[in-house]
Amino acid sequence: MNLTRTFTEATPLLLQGLRITVLISVLAILFGTLIGFFSCLIGLSKLRGLREISAVYIWIIRGTPMIVQAFIVYFGFPQLIQMFNPAFRISAFTAGLVTLSLNAGAYISEIFRGGISAVDKGQIEAARSLGLSRSITMVRVTLPQAIKIAIPSMVNQFIITIKDTSILSVIGLADIVNKAKVYVGASYQFFTTYILVAVYYLVIISVLMLVSQRVEKRFNYERKKL
Amino acid sequence: MKEKILIKGLYKRFGKSDVLKGIDLAVKEGEVVCVIGPSGSGKSTMLRCMNRLETASGGVIIVDGIVMSDKRVNINKARENIGMVFQSFNLFSHLTVRRNITLAPVELKKKKREEADRDALALLKRVGLEDKIDAYPHELSGGQKQRVAIARALAMAPDIMLFDEPTSALDPEMIGEVLQVMKQLATDGMTMVVVTHEMGFAREVADRVIFMSDGVILEEGLPENIFSDPKENRTREFLKRVMPA
Repeated sequence: MNLTRTFTEATPLLLQGLRITVLISVLAILFGTLIGFFSCLIGLSKLRGLREISAVYIWIIRGTPMIVQAFIVYFGFPQLIQMFNPAFRISAFTAGLVTLSLNAGAYISEIFRGGISAVDKGQIEAARSLGLSRSITMVRVTLPQAIKIAIPSMVNQFIITIKDTSILSVIGLADIVNKAKVYVGASYQFFTTYILVAVYYLVIISVLMLVSQRVEKRFNYERKKL
Repeated sequence: MKEKILIKGLYKRFGKSDVLKGIDLAVKEGEVVCVIGPSGSGKSTMLRCMNRLETASGGVIIVDGIVMSDKRVNINKARENIGMVFQSFNLFSHLTVRRNITLAPVELKKKKREEADRDALALLKRVGLEDKIDAYPHELSGGQKQRVAIARALAMAPDIMLFDEPTSALDPEMIGEVLQVMKQLATDGMTMVVVTHEMGFAREVADRVIFMSDGVILEEGLPENIFSDPKENRTREFLKRVMPA
């Protein structure tokens, strides 16, 4: 066990992996938020069919482990598609991103829904009584307050998404955990390597938490000075 | 004077319970009607049917010539003309007083932002709160919140104002300032329907007082008649309870 040796030897490899981890996390958070927002809106639609789509999507994602979802996206669907198009290929990164985004999207959809239903109904009535339409009321009254309510849960979900990238190493995503496994296989430096990996995760997530504290402060209109 | 609000045979059911059981009411232009009665008698529900915050189960509601109970009616357009003030103020908590007032006029393209801002200031002067224009709702007292809520409703220049127990959530010392604003509004000729427990206000300001009980209008008339010489037993009992002599 030699931390300095592990550090110098493993760092270039781990940084390669870290780049993938950060990249896939950022993209998945972005797509997940978009999917979640969209799913939440259709979940609140007047049309039953649209509501059902959102409900089934959330049901499937929440009811199955992400590792199984990743296997289906990476191994299952390609096999199906190759029956029609034998040249079809999907990279571990793309499959991982799809899995992670769909996964985050389902949870974020529920977070948004919770935020929206937590907004004071009286304010919505007041907006409607002024002649504002359902959609203007949503955009100008409900959503700004729902987003504020949702921020802490959103940050929590972002953290989960970042950590969940590590699961994708099993489909061969070249993330930091995957690279660490490669290094450990050659060096047998289990303790020092995995401690180092843990520290990298801690750093990324701490940065995220710092940023989110800033954002939360900006949204806190109840503390704004006159 | 023509009728601003006309209600014929209004029914409202919530599940199995009948909340309104056939209401007939006409409110003339410039008239101030105060609705009194025990809680659960359907006063607020009737008021909320007037701008369709509640949909009627039966009957016809016509406000300013628009059949509110007709599903095809452009309800948003119709509501622009009917201001409403709520018991719990319902100010938009993420917006300043100024933006609370200008949101609807600007969004509905009635006014440019600068014009809306100018009008907001004028309205705040009217309710005595011009110094609070940049405050957030949580920085205001209950009475101030309700006065802002009145200014917000007036910003759409409605012909009719509905008040749903506007002073019931207020500390006693703040009731006066809100009633004062409403009184001024009545003097200026606004058509008003006020659901209230403030018997003093009803007596002084109302052109007509309506007593509701169990989903029907039991008695109506001039305030002096209702308060001094009620015809119905239930009215007498109610007044005795709320105004112990």
